[in-house]
Amino acid sequence: MISIKDLVVNYGGIEAVKGISFDVPQGSIVTLIGANGAGKSTTLKAISGLVRPKSGSISFLDEDITNKDPVAIVAKGITMVPEGRKIFADLTVLENLKIGAYLRKDKLDEDIEWVYSIFPRLKERHWQLGGTLSGGEQQMLAVGRALMSKPKLMMMDEPSLGLAPLIVKDIFNVIKRINENGVTVLLIEQNANMALHISDTGYVLETGVITLSGPGEELLENAAVKEAYLGK
Amino acid sequence: MVQWPTLYMFLQSMANAISIGSLYALVAIGYTMVYGILRLINFAHGDIFMMSMYFAFYLVAAFALPWYISFPLAILATGIMGIIVERSAYRPLRDAPRISLLISSIGVSYLFQNFAVVVFSGIQKQFPQVPFLQEMVVIGKVRIQVLTFVMPVVTAVFVAALLFLVNKTKVGMAMRASSKDFETSRLMGIDVNRIISVTFAVGSMLAALGAIMWGLKYPKIDPYVGSMPGLKCFIAAVIGGIGNINGAVVGAMLLGFIEIMIVLFLPALSAYKDAFAFVALIAILLFRPTGLLGEKKADKV
Repeated sequence: MISIKDLVVNYGGIEAVKGISFDVPQGSIVTLIGANGAGKSTTLKAISGLVRPKSGSISFLDEDITNKDPVAIVAKGITMVPEGRKIFADLTVLENLKIGAYLRKDKLDEDIEWVYSIFPRLKERHWQLGGTLSGGEQQMLAVGRALMSKPKLMMMDEPSLGLAPLIVKDIFNVIKRINENGVTVLLIEQNANMALHISDTGYVLETGVITLSGPGEELLENAAVKEAYLGK
Repeated sequence: MVQWPTLYMFLQSMANAISIGSLYALVAIGYTMVYGILRLINFAHGDIFMMSMYFAFYLVAAFALPWYISFPLAILATGIMGIIVERSAYRPLRDAPRISLLISSIGVSYLFQNFAVVVFSGIQKQFPQVPFLQEMVVIGKVRIQVLTFVMPVVTAVFVAALLFLVNKTKVGMAMRASSKDFETSRLMGIDVNRIISVTFAVGSMLAALGAIMWGLKYPKIDPYVGSMPGLKCFIAAVIGGIGNINGAVVGAMLLGFIEIMIVLFLPALSAYKDAFAFVALIAILLFRPTGLLGEKKADKV
């Protein structure tokens, strides 16, 4: 569905991504794992158009989207749940959901109900300001907001960051559920254990290069991965 | 030193305070909206105000258009000018430090003033008048110009329309989102540059509306006519809490009220009328720097 070739991206004055290639097949969950500064977030920023790559190409559904701006990329059906959730604190929960569908011109009611069915908590709090939600609720809202654009591909930047273990489990269950609804997912995580369990394919990113790849379950068994990311 | 006015004088001054306050509000909203989205104090705002007065003047004087055509045209032209200023002087500095933006706005301010001196000349001009607004309404012993009633009504209508735009429409939602976080707004598919243009257009048009009513009340115009109203309305926006539209209205009303009441109760100090706005600015910065209705700083990481 999306295919990255020899992607090189400069970010913050350094070459954060040094020529990586990977594919995300339609309907799959793909995870990039890696430590801080490995270039994971920069990769997602490049795909979403927030950062221009230095070289390489990104193609989505056989169309080159390498230097498109973020608005055009959202219009193509790629959405992102940014790191740190980044919900709009001064907008209500409902407005946050509506703004996720900013480019859509059709009726939203059905999709809002769908998001509410995944996250009943958001329905209870639909009138509250986003900033008053707890961290876990904000993450739900960020995911719900992303779903409102009816994405073909949803990218998620560290959805488990700063959340309690139980809530992390919920979030990963939801990711699986969304994927079963036909949304392809590209995930980046430091919580390698959880992420690899639900992933079809995993890639290990180290200082801007991919050092390992394989099916999620296989990487979980990999000695190097175990040592570096699973704390065993 | 305090002089107790008669009831009639007091009522007359109240009417004046409300109408002056509502003028300030229209201009203060422009400061607050631009600050809200760009975190920029747009020092050119007072000169946009001035330019719109000349637009209205020339549309009446040179093209001999009636006021009800020339005033809306002047407001429209000012809106377009606001967009042009943003595109040429602020957009290229989008990723620059904020101080560069501030300096650029001071540059635009001087550019307009000098442009006006060269093209419109420094000689004072008489702002076109609308006869029926000059008429006096007499209620008992209180004599009030029709204009004094019209100004708050016009302001109320446009502020209500603005609040509807900001709080109830999709563009308004995008404005509120963009004012907090450009990057995430882009990820939602919002064309942030377009939203900023809309913000400048709306702010400039409200300033033009204020300028025209200002011209009807104080009919002398020259290239520096925007400086003092510009500063005062900036102060009004700060008093109310810059970035907050309701705050701008509250601050402007308060400032209008303070100014008029000082002249009424302390006529000996009336020569210092303009200075009280600055005293109010210093006081608010000392005791409540975020303004009366200012945004609370809640930087959650």
